[in-house]
Amino acid sequence: MKNPEEIFEILKDKFGEVIIELFSDKPTESFISVAPLEIDKVCLYLRDKEGLNFKSLMNLSGIDDANGEKIKDENDNEIIQGGTLSVFYHLESIDLKHKVTLKVSTDRENPEVASVEEIWRAADWHEREAYDMFGIKFLNHHNLIRILMPYDWEGGYPLRKDYQNPEFYKGMKVPY
Amino acid sequence: MIYDWLYSLTGSEMIAIGVQSLLPLYLFILPFALVAVLLERKVAAHMQDRLGPMRVGYHGLLQTIADILKLLQKEDTVAADIDKKFFDLSPLLVFAGSYAAFAAIPFSGAFMGSNIDLGIIYIVAVTGLVVAGILMGGWASNNKYSLLGAMRAAAQIISFEIPTLLIVVTVIMITGTMNLYTMSEWQTGYFWNWLILGGPDFGIAKILLTPLMLMAFLIIFLSTLAEVNRTPFDIPEAESEIVAGYHTEYSGMKFAIFFLAEYANMFAISAVVSALFFGGYQSPFGYLGNLLEIGWLIPIEQFFWFTAKGVFFVLVQMWLRWTLPRFRVDQLMSFCWKYLIPISFVLLLLVGLITVL
Amino acid sequence: MALKTEEMVLNMGPQHPSTHGVLRLELVIEGEIIKSVTPHIGYLHRCFEKHCEVMTYPQIIPYTDRMDYLASMCNEFGYVIAVERLMGIEVPERVEYIRVIMAELQRIASHLVAIGTYGADIGAFTPFLFCFRDREKILNLFEITCGARLLYNYIWIGGLMHDLHPDFIRLTKEFIKEFRPNLKELNDLLTFNQIFIDRTANVGILPAETAINYGITGPNLRASGVNWDLRINDPYSIYDRFDFKIPVGKGENGTVGDCWNRYYMRILEMEESLKIVEQAINQIPDGDVSSAIPKRVKPPAGQIYSRVENPRGELGYFIVSDGSVNPTRIKVRAPSFVNMVVFGELCKGHMVADVVAILGSIDIVLGEIDR
Repeated sequence: MKNPEEIFEILKDKFGEVIIELFSDKPTESFISVAPLEIDKVCLYLRDKEGLNFKSLMNLSGIDDANGEKIKDENDNEIIQGGTLSVFYHLESIDLKHKVTLKVSTDRENPEVASVEEIWRAADWHEREAYDMFGIKFLNHHNLIRILMPYDWEGGYPLRKDYQNPEFYKGMKVPY
Repeated sequence: MIYDWLYSLTGSEMIAIGVQSLLPLYLFILPFALVAVLLERKVAAHMQDRLGPMRVGYHGLLQTIADILKLLQKEDTVAADIDKKFFDLSPLLVFAGSYAAFAAIPFSGAFMGSNIDLGIIYIVAVTGLVVAGILMGGWASNNKYSLLGAMRAAAQIISFEIPTLLIVVTVIMITGTMNLYTMSEWQTGYFWNWLILGGPDFGIAKILLTPLMLMAFLIIFLSTLAEVNRTPFDIPEAESEIVAGYHTEYSGMKFAIFFLAEYANMFAISAVVSALFFGGYQSPFGYLGNLLEIGWLIPIEQFFWFTAKGVFFVLVQMWLRWTLPRFRVDQLMSFCWKYLIPISFVLLLLVGLITVL
Repeated sequence: MALKTEEMVLNMGPQHPSTHGVLRLELVIEGEIIKSVTPHIGYLHRCFEKHCEVMTYPQIIPYTDRMDYLASMCNEFGYVIAVERLMGIEVPERVEYIRVIMAELQRIASHLVAIGTYGADIGAFTPFLFCFRDREKILNLFEITCGARLLYNYIWIGGLMHDLHPDFIRLTKEFIKEFRPNLKELNDLLTFNQIFIDRTANVGILPAETAINYGITGPNLRASGVNWDLRINDPYSIYDRFDFKIPVGKGENGTVGDCWNRYYMRILEMEESLKIVEQAINQIPDGDVSSAIPKRVKPPAGQIYSRVENPRGELGYFIVSDGSVNPTRIKVRAPSFVNMVVFGELCKGHMVADVVAILGSIDIVLGEIDR
């Protein structure tokens, strides 16, 4: 059983500057921030190393940090420019009974994160949902298409904070 | 029999033949099929701890009339690109195949549709028409689900005709005749003269035959159950997998025809199995007519016993349907080819040996 | 010279008697053997997570009901525990006991639906009606408590909507007495029926390693031999006070991890839930159920991922709050969403009839998958 500080030390020794920092303020949970394009190597190490054994990915969720600049675009809608989108990974080990949370942040304009689908197959649909809802592209995913919205939805990424419903979808009026 | 009686009554051959052939159809089988629809719903409901149709008539007894009225006035929706000729022909073939079997089944000592010597072989042959009807229905519906259902149905019916025929041949060896009327007459007397208990000839053969006949009865009951596509063998109409199989695209009267044909089929095989093994229309206890010296009471009693045995087996089939889950296609096929057919062959050999010695 | 065979694409469309909800399965079959299965979801997407961002925390509770509509109490339970952990609220003892009783009764009701519909898919129509008859009794219990049969809005942040009905304890004891022999009847009718075993044993075998990698949880994971139940391994509420076993698949009648095992886990779990309800009913203390409900729910800024054991698996709520009355982001880790991924793997090489058997044994609810 390891707590997040020890895991942070182990990862920092192995990966150096890819691991950015450990945020830990109680009462909420602490998380380790990792660089977005190296997350798959970190996860592979976390899964296979003796003593860590994070064989199970509990949750993978995207989130819109909404920390960019709020400006008004041509239709007088408020959009956000700059800032980051983040992805949280919650990992767990069933035999050693410990958990850890990882976070990656990528920029809003061109979000790209390495996919961990090869490591935990559970990430397959979670990553598709993050792509569908936020537009985060997971590199090396075998089938990154929309999952909950219709496959040819052009109106944007619904869970972003500055999302506006499009007027029409295939001739049907969207806000009714 | 009744043909002679009608001929002597009216003096005209045409009327006699006409009434004789249509009588069972309109007076008995069609009403039975209609009653069976309601019976199935009530039996199923009571087995499932609920009540079934209760609103139409007293305790839902007039439900069938409501169903018929509904189906008669329903719109006959068809998909656009079906094969029109075969689509219309298929229910008729299935219906004809099921109802034509009643021509060779003795309803009582005085009535039989047509007293042909081929009897049972004719019945098995004519119920094979059903396969053609099902295949036509599945193909003409232009629907992948229907095609799957039709192919499964064809494979199932054709495979299960083999154990049926083998057992029939076994019975023919013992009774020496293919005519169901003669077979029923041979099992006259009390219930220990029935074929399932070894037949009317006392002796060592009877004791040896009894267990074999019990097994033969089980095999033929199961294989005829598979021929009419009832659970546990109802793959072709497996509701939860392929929606409704070969009759997915049928609505209104055509669907009603499929339904009526299924219930008539159920009664037909109940009647055949009871005629082969349980004495047909014979009473197990002797006749009231004999007791009271009223000659014309006997055919009526025999008709009553015939109906009772038929309905009993129909109820057993319904009971099986609502209790057991269904087989998968390959398990069904292996059940037929690896178990039923070898056992039927062995039975044939053993019974042959016993009748020869 | 071999016969040329072609592959056929069969669509088990959104409306179908045995896809449990609106799920579209695209099967590529060759004869009767499945080459691949692609599930298409999204037909029931109701934008739960977007709604949450404009509502206050207590207003979200009726929405959490509607995700897994067959296990509403457990959904609310999970959400309320997450918010209470974020805010650091302690609830009175009576509230804890009542919540556990409701959650376990809901677990029994949900498993009854799963078992009944599974039997109906396989072709046995009668157990379906027996299961629903027993479920009616549980729904009557819920109805006298909170007025609703399916979607309750009963478990609130910091307490409950209102206290138990005075007759509830007596009626629950009667239910427990009536249900045990019915469970035995169900076993005789369906579980140990040879045709049912032939249909479901050795079909859709899920090895333990694959299950952990795919993130499978709940009875499906335990049927593969992994002893992992959140009520014991990551305890929440007062589950550590009750004495109950965790059924783990042993592979009787087939191999470990096949459909029959998954089905049998649910039967055994119903018995264990009945034990928990019995013990809780006898130990329930008095108290006030609404004393700890806060006037305004304003959690501190931060995030939390908290999970409960739903009848279908691990239901997780990832709540990110920025200190205001509306959450910034709520992500629901629905168990059926994650369990569905392994379905394509399990079906390869089996027949069309097995697709229905495997889908029923994974036990999904489309409301959860699509949210």
